[in-house]
Amino acid sequence: MNDILIQNGRVIDPASGADEIADITIAKGKIVKVGKAAGKAKEVIDATGRIVCPGLIDIHVHCREPGHEEEETIATAVAGAVAGGFTTICAMPNTHPPLDNETAVQYVLQRGAEAGLSRVLPVGCITKAREGAELSEMGMMLEAGAVAFSDDGDGVASTAVMYRALQYAGMLDVALMQHCQDPDLAGGAMNSGAVAVRLGMRGIAAAGEELMLQRDLVLAERTGARYHVQHVSAAWSVELIRQARARGVRVTAEAAPHHLLLTDAACAGFDPVYKVNPPLRRAADVEAVRAGVADGTIDCLATDHAPQSVEEKELEFALAPFGMISLECAVGLYAKAMIDTGLLDWPDLITKMTVNPAAVIRGPSRPAAGTGPGSLAVGAEADVTIIDPKKRWTVRTEKFRSKSRNCPYEGWKLKGKPVATIVGGQVKYSD
Amino acid sequence: MTEIHDEFVWKQKHLVGLDELSAGEITYILDTAESFREVSTRSIKKVPALRGKVVGLLFFEDSTRTRMSFELAASRLSADTVLFTSKGSSVTKGETTLDTVRNIEAMGVDIFVVRHGSSGAPHMLADKVSASIINAGDGSHEHPTQALLDIFTIRRRLGTVAGLRVAIVGDIAHSRVARSNIIGLRKLGAEVVVVGPPTLVPAAITAMGCEISHSLDDVLAEVDVINMLRIQFERFGSNLFPSVREYSRLYGLDAERLHKCKKNVLIMHPGPINRGVEITSEVADGPNNCILQQVSNGLAVRMAVLYLVSQAAE
Repeated sequence: MNDILIQNGRVIDPASGADEIADITIAKGKIVKVGKAAGKAKEVIDATGRIVCPGLIDIHVHCREPGHEEEETIATAVAGAVAGGFTTICAMPNTHPPLDNETAVQYVLQRGAEAGLSRVLPVGCITKAREGAELSEMGMMLEAGAVAFSDDGDGVASTAVMYRALQYAGMLDVALMQHCQDPDLAGGAMNSGAVAVRLGMRGIAAAGEELMLQRDLVLAERTGARYHVQHVSAAWSVELIRQARARGVRVTAEAAPHHLLLTDAACAGFDPVYKVNPPLRRAADVEAVRAGVADGTIDCLATDHAPQSVEEKELEFALAPFGMISLECAVGLYAKAMIDTGLLDWPDLITKMTVNPAAVIRGPSRPAAGTGPGSLAVGAEADVTIIDPKKRWTVRTEKFRSKSRNCPYEGWKLKGKPVATIVGGQVKYSD
Repeated sequence: MTEIHDEFVWKQKHLVGLDELSAGEITYILDTAESFREVSTRSIKKVPALRGKVVGLLFFEDSTRTRMSFELAASRLSADTVLFTSKGSSVTKGETTLDTVRNIEAMGVDIFVVRHGSSGAPHMLADKVSASIINAGDGSHEHPTQALLDIFTIRRRLGTVAGLRVAIVGDIAHSRVARSNIIGLRKLGAEVVVVGPPTLVPAAITAMGCEISHSLDDVLAEVDVINMLRIQFERFGSNLFPSVREYSRLYGLDAERLHKCKKNVLIMHPGPINRGVEITSEVADGPNNCILQQVSNGLAVRMAVLYLVSQAAE
């Protein structure tokens, strides 16, 4: 007897190009068959009118553990993740202490396994203690289970260090994820521009993102290493990535919901819930980031889910920390930005949450693209997300499983919501 | 004093910025200030308008003249005042601004006058406490009572505001005085040109409805008012301008430049003056200046603001 039979859904598997009404049979935690049901199952899920796709992957999540468990723990992060349709999340390493050694990587993996909801894959630091000076032990962390490296929260400022890091990561065939921000042009609280000028707020110029990105693209091209641009926020950044991709640079990129939906005008009321890094930018930037996602320049969607305590988000705008959360409403937000606007259809959107991010975090010891996470290949781990594309719902942060509430989308009306999340053949969430 | 305007009902419980006020409301404050001006000429300089009210003066950032002006304004209205001063940010102090203010509010304060180093701090407080909030300067954002007293002074000296052309010269980027003046003057129909080097005058300021000139000499002949901002010497290290003498050469107002201006041009300065830097003594003390009138008018304007917000809160 099989374990789960998902019947009559619209099966979208971007890895194989499938988009058809079919059944999916799951047994012993693996996908057994896609097509007609392969016999009876203990649990039958009727997916009529729903999308059945590979489990969604969010490669940019701040779990805050270890160090800031009052804001989020790995357990609460994965509870939110499965409610948001994610079967895999990547944990960013800017914790306290940071994830810059194999023990820290093992700790995150262990906490993720204990929570037993979505998979948690650690991203290690590029440099020791995220100080930007010495390379961290990427090889050992990779063996321990890290899937990529990043000093997220800061960019690697030193050109020499980044050059070495790319050379080294190239040997390991692992992606370096960069938070592009030239530190000389940082220090502000919101986007530089007319709104910041009117509010008398110190700005963060888009040039700071563009400059580091431009430098890194040169280094990535020279080294041939895999380079991933985190949370692209500025129009010119999109164009730089587009040009580099055309030259054959091995560059991937992600966009966050807020850079697809919000502009710096939202900061006008001084509410720190809109304070995020990179900052909310102009409408023209939002349009360019959307266009980049639409034409494939930006191949991944990632939330940059960044929980912050209520106390800290009640500070003055300039003093409050950066970050906003969106893990539990991400699919509806992406749909609002890309599908409701007619820029993408569901198969394209799902591509950017499954096979593409899986390719960014694939490593030598992990299954090849299209056969493991992010696909519905027979024999693969049964990570499956069922989405109701027509479901209209309202974001209510009080219902979030996250420990934090710094979400700018409270009360937003969205269309499209994950209704079941299956990880390793077990239903971890159903609505 | 309200009988002349009995058709107008003041509804603003807070004064966080001129951005939140209509032209009519700004004019109403100025008109109310006219009637309070007379109080200062009496031998007993006190009216009972705010008797029994408590005004909390919260200065999270240094201030001498604004604080004294508000303190005196409150006392002339017969309010009691409590003063809180703190240097440094709330974070280093260990207590948040909001907690500090909630604590003082619990003592029974009706109106807070807030000076704060962070843009938007008074707006945040207005959302979260029940007392009235008057912004006495927030970061580089707004300083509404300074702009009101500047506009009040212009109106008294030149008879009108609409149709005038006003130059604001100096560090526009970091100036809350500049922003509130631009907003207020534009709402009342004046033209504003901001003057300074691009490092001190952000190009995006034009979105506020003003023009930009990088040459003081170019605008002298065409303006009715020149408001010379104080230059902050601590801006040196940040490469915003090369030296004091170069700044003074390019943007300082001296007798020679004054000579190129309209005969009755009004010279303003929010103080404190760096004599010989942004303005020479002969200009600062000459017949075109109104610097000390600005200070006296500030008292009347602040009395008007305290009085009006307390009326709206009731």
